[in-house]
Amino acid sequence: MKAIKYIGLVIFLIGLSIFTALPLLGTFKLESDTLNTIVKEKKIKSEVFIEDLNSNLVGKTYNGMQEVSPAVTKALNNANASHEKNKEWDKKIYTSPSDMAALIGKKSATGFIVNHKGLMWFLTFGLGIIGALMFILPNIILLGQKGIKNDGIYHKSATNRGWIAWIVFVYLIGFYLLLYFASEYATNWTFLLDPLSNALSGNPAGHWFVYGFMYCTVMTVMAVRMYIKYRHNIYQMFRTTSVLFFQIVFAFLIPEIMVRLQMPYYDFKNAFPLDYDFFFQWNLKDLINSGGIGLFILFWGTMLTLIVVPVMVYFFGKRWYCSWVCGCGGLAETLGDPYRQHSDKSLFAWRVERYLVHGVLVFVLVMTGMTLYSFFTESGTVLGLKVSTVQNIYSVIIGSIFAGVIGTGFYPIFGNRVWCRFGCPLAAYLGVVQRFKSRFRITTNGGQCISCGNCSTYCEQGIDVRAYAQKGENIIRASCVGCGVCSAVCPRGVLKLENGPEDGRINPTEILLGNDVNLMDLLNKK
Amino acid sequence: MERIVIIGNGISGVTAARHIRKNSDKKITIISAETDYFFSRTALMYVYMGHMKFEHTQPYENWFWKKNRIELKKAFVTHIDTETKTLHFKTNETLVYDKLVIATGSKPNKFGWPGQDLDGVLGMYHKQDLEQLEILAPNNKVCKRAVIVGGGLIGIELAEMLRTRDIPVTFLVRETSFWNGVLPKGESSMINEHILSHHIDLRLNTNLKEIISDENGRVKSIIIEETGEEIPCDVVGLTAGVTPNIDFLKSSSIETDKGVLVNRFLETNIKDVYAIGDCAQQHEAIGNRRPVEAVWYTGRMMGEVLAQTICGNKMPYNPGHWFNSAKFLDIEYQTYGWVFSERDKSENEQHFHWRHPSENICLTIAFQKDTKLFLGINTFGIRLRHEIFDRWLTKKQDMTHVMTYLKDANFDPEFYKTFESDIVNAYNIEFGTQIHPKKKSWKRIFSKA
Ligand SMILES: Cc1cc2nc3c(=O)[nH]c(=O)nc-3n(C[C@H](O)[C@H](O)[C@H](O)COP(=O)(O)OP(=O)(O)OC[C@H]3O[C@@H](n4cnc5c(N)ncnc54)[C@H](O)[C@@H]3O)c2cc1C
Ligand code: SF4
Repeated sequence: MKAIKYIGLVIFLIGLSIFTALPLLGTFKLESDTLNTIVKEKKIKSEVFIEDLNSNLVGKTYNGMQEVSPAVTKALNNANASHEKNKEWDKKIYTSPSDMAALIGKKSATGFIVNHKGLMWFLTFGLGIIGALMFILPNIILLGQKGIKNDGIYHKSATNRGWIAWIVFVYLIGFYLLLYFASEYATNWTFLLDPLSNALSGNPAGHWFVYGFMYCTVMTVMAVRMYIKYRHNIYQMFRTTSVLFFQIVFAFLIPEIMVRLQMPYYDFKNAFPLDYDFFFQWNLKDLINSGGIGLFILFWGTMLTLIVVPVMVYFFGKRWYCSWVCGCGGLAETLGDPYRQHSDKSLFAWRVERYLVHGVLVFVLVMTGMTLYSFFTESGTVLGLKVSTVQNIYSVIIGSIFAGVIGTGFYPIFGNRVWCRFGCPLAAYLGVVQRFKSRFRITTNGGQCISCGNCSTYCEQGIDVRAYAQKGENIIRASCVGCGVCSAVCPRGVLKLENGPEDGRINPTEILLGNDVNLMDLLNKK
Repeated sequence: MERIVIIGNGISGVTAARHIRKNSDKKITIISAETDYFFSRTALMYVYMGHMKFEHTQPYENWFWKKNRIELKKAFVTHIDTETKTLHFKTNETLVYDKLVIATGSKPNKFGWPGQDLDGVLGMYHKQDLEQLEILAPNNKVCKRAVIVGGGLIGIELAEMLRTRDIPVTFLVRETSFWNGVLPKGESSMINEHILSHHIDLRLNTNLKEIISDENGRVKSIIIEETGEEIPCDVVGLTAGVTPNIDFLKSSSIETDKGVLVNRFLETNIKDVYAIGDCAQQHEAIGNRRPVEAVWYTGRMMGEVLAQTICGNKMPYNPGHWFNSAKFLDIEYQTYGWVFSERDKSENEQHFHWRHPSENICLTIAFQKDTKLFLGINTFGIRLRHEIFDRWLTKKQDMTHVMTYLKDANFDPEFYKTFESDIVNAYNIEFGTQIHPKKKSWKRIFSKA
């Protein structure tokens, strides 16, 4: 069994290595026909740029995106500089160098990778999946009998912030930086998924399609791990199945199929303000121009945030979204599960959390207010601030760096819910509802707590669960996503997630159940 | 300002300190020789098993003590002079108190076995034991076999710990079945099976005769009393119960027996000296409880009560209904009220036992034979709601009530398969009753009446 695991690990690493090398491999040769098509498609009016590409790029063979990208970037920057100088605004190119390089790369690639998409898929994704499953499946036997199996978590480099964890940390951050800020390097990856993308939406794959597919794959494989680890715990099984379903069907398949049907690309479960650009001008225009379905989406998206979300939180707590439906939560609960113990439990971290997460919520609301104001008044500025500048700042700092690079990259060191806890404005909104108006609570079972600390250690949201449990108090916290792991790991059966009457939900106690009734009456009634 | 000094930073001492702080401005000092900060002894096993780091066993952050003006002192008390109200430390320092709380906990039992002090023999109580174990049994190369002596809760925890590092374990249990002085037969035998299924070499009916040393004064093997069999091993864990840790009081005028003798107000024979937690011994047992109660909850409760007394609201220690819980490898156990084993059961105590046909799930309910009055419940693999059973015990409900409303008491996580209907069915068949279990009702669960 151990042997299978190690062979699996090797296979996985081979797949991962090939995948990692791909951005720097491949040959690109831009033909003048292809350039003409691009010029036409992109409506490029800059003859400086076209000239430059024609003389410097066309007909030449480039090895790897690291050669194509600088050439394209240079041509584009030079062209724009000259147009700016001559005030030829209509000729300026607004496509980013990165996108332009990706476009040119996608259309001009030749050689092994583009011609063997299926094989290359197998050598990367295929080997990765097979290897990972070989690594995970033997646990059915190796973990032994049903029950909590956290043995050795703090002895292993990967899960105890050792060198493996740091490598994963750097790798994930690198991956996200590439994805958000140098996506032309993802071009070779997109080829592997062209067949699937064509089948779904009828379009070739872009780097976001690659990301979406990877996301689903990683979640599925790591969900298998969850199923094995928590096979005694039905709550965890249901929850894992649910997030997996919503990711694959709602976040991945439906939007692609909608594109095929000439509808807007939309993830029906992605609620504003997590979906922060829902009310951006371009999206609103897009939706309004898409006829009935666009209007429906506009209506649904608004209702989702204003009515569905709070009502569901009232009945079930924010868990219905954060750990049953949400994509970010889904990744955190599958890929991130091995790292859940790293969330900071200190009071200080809680303080930072409250400032940050509510700060982001205020930010997104102010930005959206500005956006809507400028949409209806058709002015680009509000109180002297350029709306698009504010939007760009949010998109880069919060949307990309916080949610992506930090959100996932930090898993191995700071735990799997950094974004959900410190950054997600939707979580902040749900949290306010959960704290003040909800039937959800984690009930503490009378006086049974032995203060062992398992619950706090494994709380991914950094809640010091024990601090409540050892006082006999129910846990009512805005940040609780109801993953149910505290209840699972508690060796004394102290914790239960449940939805019940609001009366008695918050129960401060001085003296715990089991002591003198007179003493309890005396102090707890105060 | 009155100075309260507490010896022992375990659950009882710390609870007392916290509550004294809540109710007063007195000067508080906690003394311990074991660790700088309070930690949860019950979680020691999880550190060895790699579920947690030691720091995770500390329920309060380090700033907590200063913020609450609780002074911590790391020192060992060697003598108490109650005349001058002075503590003497190993370092020859002294400290004067106005009121003294002795909360020094327990230490592992040693029954005078030959070789019990050899290198490689250890208990599992203090943080130092854990550190020792990490050195003696880091893996199964250094420790090729461990023998555990004494089949109680700590013994089975130690066995579980060692098994997580694949160290072969022989488990010597004096009784005919695991913990059957406490557990009724059906449950005890289920745990026997479970221990064996974890590849632990369980030896029932087996006593330790002696521990054999090698030439370096290290453990080499043990000999079994009954058969004379010699079992080679590198580590011997002594887990045959605990005893109050009060040797340092012998030179004082504080009255002791097994533990520090206290009355219902937790006062010792000396004015202004109190004892709580594992080390306290009641002159007369309270109800069915033992005079020395070495469990977490009672230590905490004594701390809660004593704080009242010290802060001027004199209160007797008057614990409510008994409850407890534990975990045997993968099986969780909870108990409410009293379910006695066959050994201690009275004539009029009858049991209803149910066991799941294939899973490690079972329960035993004790009740009075004649009146069907509910006495207590043990469950394995089913979690129960403490409040409900506390209420039923207070209201002296009978079996019909318990069976009818059993669903209210289930505390398993959501979506778990529940077995109340099967249980009630089995009860109906065994006792010829026709009880229909009622659906769970929030209203009943929350009704305080
Ligand atoms: C491995 C293990 C698992 C357990 N699991 C459970 C469980 O699941 N449920 C349960 O109910 N109970 C459990 N117990 C029992 C429970 O931990 C004890 O009942 C409880 O910790 C006792 O608390 P205490 O405050 O009385 O004393 P302790 O926690 O023992 O604290 C006493 C402190 O005083 C110090 N001290 C002693 N003498 C001196 C001196 N002369 N000078 C200075 N300091 C001194 C000691 O070093 C120690 O730090 C477990 C115990 C162990 C060892
Ligand atoms: S895991 Fe359970 S027993 Fe341990 S501290 Fe948390 S609630 Fe208490």
